[in-house]
Amino acid sequence: MTQLALVIDLNVCVGCHACVTSCKEWNTSGSAGAMADEHPYGKDPSGTFFNRVQTFEVGTYPDTQTVHFPKSCLHCEDPPCVPVCPTGASYKRASDGIVLVDYDKCIGCKYCAWACPYGARELDMKEKVMKKCTLCVDRIYDEALPVDERKPACVMACPTSARLFGDIHDPTSEAATAIREQGGYALMPEWGTQPANHYLPRRKTEMQVAPEQIVRADNPLRIDGKRPKPPQDSPSLDDTTSW
Amino acid sequence: MHPAFSVIFLTTLIGAGQGLFLALYALDVLARHGYLDTPLPASLVVSGALVAVALVALGLVASFFHLGRPERAWRAAAMWRTSWLSREVIALPLFMALLVAYALAHAVAPRWVPLVGALGVVACLALFVCTGMIYACLKFLQEWASPLTLVNFALLGLASGTTAAAALAAVWSPRLANGLALTAAVVTVAGLVARAASLARNARLRPRSTPQSAIGVKHPRVVQKAQGFMGSSFNTREFFHGASPARLLAIKRGFLALAFVVPVALLLLGVGGGWPALFALAFAAQYAGLIAERWYFFAQANHPQNIYYQAMS
Repeated sequence: MTQLALVIDLNVCVGCHACVTSCKEWNTSGSAGAMADEHPYGKDPSGTFFNRVQTFEVGTYPDTQTVHFPKSCLHCEDPPCVPVCPTGASYKRASDGIVLVDYDKCIGCKYCAWACPYGARELDMKEKVMKKCTLCVDRIYDEALPVDERKPACVMACPTSARLFGDIHDPTSEAATAIREQGGYALMPEWGTQPANHYLPRRKTEMQVAPEQIVRADNPLRIDGKRPKPPQDSPSLDDTTSW
Repeated sequence: MHPAFSVIFLTTLIGAGQGLFLALYALDVLARHGYLDTPLPASLVVSGALVAVALVALGLVASFFHLGRPERAWRAAAMWRTSWLSREVIALPLFMALLVAYALAHAVAPRWVPLVGALGVVACLALFVCTGMIYACLKFLQEWASPLTLVNFALLGLASGTTAAAALAAVWSPRLANGLALTAAVVTVAGLVARAASLARNARLRPRSTPQSAIGVKHPRVVQKAQGFMGSSFNTREFFHGASPARLLAIKRGFLALAFVVPVALLLLGVGGGWPALFALAFAAQYAGLIAERWYFFAQANHPQNIYYQAMS
């Protein structure tokens, strides 16, 4: 069974919000209708976003780490938001595991948002229905797009490739491999929701210097000296050439 | 959680309507088996059932204000296999229909009263379970995820409904009113015990979700510095009550006094002093207190999503 998901590398995310803006751009332009965007340049801007990048500080100064943390619907394998929906508007697709909302059936009762421990669902102020990340379901199957662009907009936009997309049930996929080999973990495991989206942990980056890098193989005796002066009439590339 | 008055009115109004029906039905059964020394006037039962219908209908109207798309409300009966909200959407009109049938049976066809009454009790109890389970089934809202939520919804509905029955009986049959008032006082005290138990339980709760589990970083100090936007969002409006601790405490003390102490005092005063008019006052006070009680019920629930919305920037 397929379970599409995102794997987000917290070691690589720089908190640039490119995924947030590209998500909004793609999804507010789609056939499902615009996402609310109230007073975007006013005093209290408010609107619907499927994806947010948050920032946390870990540790106490001066021993601190800044963790940028992108958060969207985790497409749980046991989604608590789905069974509570009274109309069946919220559903999890058996074919690919994406959790979706049928905007034409949603009555805007907000019960699914109450039932999501992650705050991944947002009621659209304009359309008065619940909205959430669709994993760009209108992109990833679009055969009009080149194959390498059939990915969620956030994944396409990420300048540091912190976001991987794939089938986490396929052990050979890039996403499943990253989870397996780089310690991918789920958020709030205490509620048994089995989020499909995983996060890769922060890792300490240390400088590795090998002896060969200090003692140059092409100059084993470390004989350094002035380089021979080129003749004055030799062509120069720039004005740093000495003569 | 941000307390929504639509849901506060829904749960308190239907609770009172359900309690009123149960009180009337109990009287009805006692009268039928000859345990009442006073005849039970049909006008009391009929008017009581109609008042109960009105209370439940008002609650239903209030619930529509909770919906973003009320014109699609009919769809909400679809998922009764999995959703307690869907089950409530079915149980509530069913209970209303049985209330009307119960009033009609008393007025024109007494032969049907036992059957319709028994079905009404089943629907009424089912409605209590559905309403309570809507909240109790959300396991990560730890303040709600307890059998005490069901017990409180049922007991507080029964208490306010019995007080309403006493107030009605004061009009139609003052001799029955005293018994009802004493019953209402006893149920109110039972409600106070159960509500105090849930307050004590909630005071001892430790949130299972932490900033550490929310972002998956194992360090004793994880503090949010930015939530990703400078304005407000659904997440900041829907899940925070925004009241100061002092105001919360005042509302807690207020509902404990108004929903429990004041009505019991008024009921006992009405019985002892022979002023059945006080029963209506007791109901008014208790209903106002239950609005505050339900506000507090919502405000006290601490949603784990709030961990993600602690700092603007």
